[in-house]
Amino acid sequence: MSASFAILAALVVVSAIAAMTLRNLVHCALCLAVTFIGLAGTYLQLGAQFVGLAQVLVYVGAVAILIVFAILLTRSGEPGPGRQFSATALMGVGIALAVFAVLGKVITSSAVAKRPAPPMFDGSKATVAKFGERLMTDYILPLEVLALLLTAAMIGAVIIALREKETK
Amino acid sequence: MTELLEQFPVTLKHAILDVLSKFLPEWLLPIASAILSITPILIVFPTIFALTTVVERKVLGRIQNRPGPNRVGIPLTNIRLAGFGQFIADGIKALIKEDIVPRNADKVVHFLAPIAVVIPALLAYSVLPIGKNMTALDLDAGVLFFFAVGSATELSVFMAGWSSRNKYALLGAMRAIAQMVSYELPLVLSTVGVIMMTGTLSTTQIVEAQAGGFWHWHAATPWGFAAFFLFLVAATAEANRTPFDLPEAESEIIAGYFTEYSGFKFALFFLGEYLGLFAMSGLGITLFLGGWHAPLPALEVVPSWIWFFLKLGVFIMFFIWLRGTLPRLRMDQLMNLAWKFMVPLTLITIVAAGVWRFMDPGFTRCLTVTAMIVVPYLLLSNALFTARGVGKRTYRYAD
Amino acid sequence: MNPLTSYLLLSALLFSIGLAGALTRRNAILVLIGIELMLNAANLNFIAFWRYGPNPEALTGVTFVLFAIAIAAAEAAVGLALIISIYRHYKTTNVDDVSTLKG
Repeated sequence: MSASFAILAALVVVSAIAAMTLRNLVHCALCLAVTFIGLAGTYLQLGAQFVGLAQVLVYVGAVAILIVFAILLTRSGEPGPGRQFSATALMGVGIALAVFAVLGKVITSSAVAKRPAPPMFDGSKATVAKFGERLMTDYILPLEVLALLLTAAMIGAVIIALREKETK
Repeated sequence: MTELLEQFPVTLKHAILDVLSKFLPEWLLPIASAILSITPILIVFPTIFALTTVVERKVLGRIQNRPGPNRVGIPLTNIRLAGFGQFIADGIKALIKEDIVPRNADKVVHFLAPIAVVIPALLAYSVLPIGKNMTALDLDAGVLFFFAVGSATELSVFMAGWSSRNKYALLGAMRAIAQMVSYELPLVLSTVGVIMMTGTLSTTQIVEAQAGGFWHWHAATPWGFAAFFLFLVAATAEANRTPFDLPEAESEIIAGYFTEYSGFKFALFFLGEYLGLFAMSGLGITLFLGGWHAPLPALEVVPSWIWFFLKLGVFIMFFIWLRGTLPRLRMDQLMNLAWKFMVPLTLITIVAAGVWRFMDPGFTRCLTVTAMIVVPYLLLSNALFTARGVGKRTYRYAD
Repeated sequence: MNPLTSYLLLSALLFSIGLAGALTRRNAILVLIGIELMLNAANLNFIAFWRYGPNPEALTGVTFVLFAIAIAAAEAAVGLALIISIYRHYKTTNVDDVSTLKG
């Protein structure tokens, strides 16, 4: 485990916890952006350059902005004095802890954990050009379907968020 | 001599590294090398920013028929340097000015916002090829890195506007984000043609593909010229420059998202804005204007980095000229221009670039591609004008 | 510790944090943020398995993550549009209060 991984992991975990526990929703959204940046750093560290940069472009540049706009549009930036957590919060945390316990147990006891680390992967084999070639040959159908889905989602989002006409 | 000047920054770096390698432990050397690559960027571009502030005020002054700043020179002497000491005086003023934070402001976010503006702007320079072998970070996906870093500024603008608890600041931030999101699309799409033609996202390789005189530059082809023009408009909007300076329209909403900033934090916003502009110009030079290549092969004797900075200077003068000439757009005009005009035209440019790629070189290809771009341009602008009922302007005079 | 295991544990922790948030917070936007965190944890898993798997040249893991990112963006857009539309109707974004169908 390298120092860079430790720093990135600490950044991701701390900002994710902050994003889920802070009172002010805008702070939560900003912490979420930090989590996304940390994850992008992890992807870059693993040699997935294109995906790491796409992660920043999509999540920090678009999803975080969308969330911030939604927070302002629903006036939930400054929460009132009421409760922030639901009545069954303790049970929720318990379930999450149980899930983590099971996942951790499975990961540490699996055969994968005992396998020796593979030789250092040569990053030059995962160039953007190769990636693009794969997308345009083997994955061309999923790509087109995805384009269709994104268009449909965009139109759908606009229609859902459109102000309803006064029927009176 | 030429060879020496050409690679002077690289040679200097290696010389310093050689000396350092005698003192530093092995694991520190990559870090030292990185610092040596970053330092010139951190020195050169803020210096250009400082000079630009004076040049901009002087040129704007000339455009408006007044001298502009011409007094500050070297203190305690009569040397005035034509006013070019102004930025030092401005810098001292920004440093010692009281830092006012509004009482209701979100202190932490308010403090972090100017930092979050400057860091992405500086990061963007790491992938720009400033000269031959002079790219601080030669990434395989350099152009994508540039846009990813650029998109992070939107959030810092929001941080500034929201944390100030000021309606003008929030209005300015909302305008800025809406504008940045809208113009990011044509900005990215206008570069797709270049990426398709060169088949790479690496900025270094894109520059290499344009070697050998200005007729090899992408801006010299019909599709490239159209894409360059669209890129320029989108870059102006992305950098919040006139005529797209609605987010900080001083006559409407004071200063937009940095209304509540003073002193050094204000200077940081100012710096971030100009650094963003230079970075965007640098990307335009890299993608369309041959990067550090000289316009004529015979002029290659002049070092490559000098060409880069000369081109950057032309860009800066162009933006100052725009600012002195054009009035500000209205919000609906801004959005209409982005979504109804720029996005369709950039898409057409991409198709035109594809046609250019697969047709045989010659006059027919030139004509076809030009027609592919000019005809939709005329039709679209005509349709948009008729749809809005804009006719010839008529004047009424009092009798 | 095996590098793959550490990445998988980080991903599991991130998933649990997202799950806890989605289950406990009352604001619908925060529930959505929790779901985004869980999606990102899954993406991290794919990248880690791709990197330390037997055949990284095939680029399967990264391709999957790219598709997942695109779908997550679509999901966020539609989800937030729904939240805004619910806010218009009920004047609240608390998931506990939007319970008309509960009877």
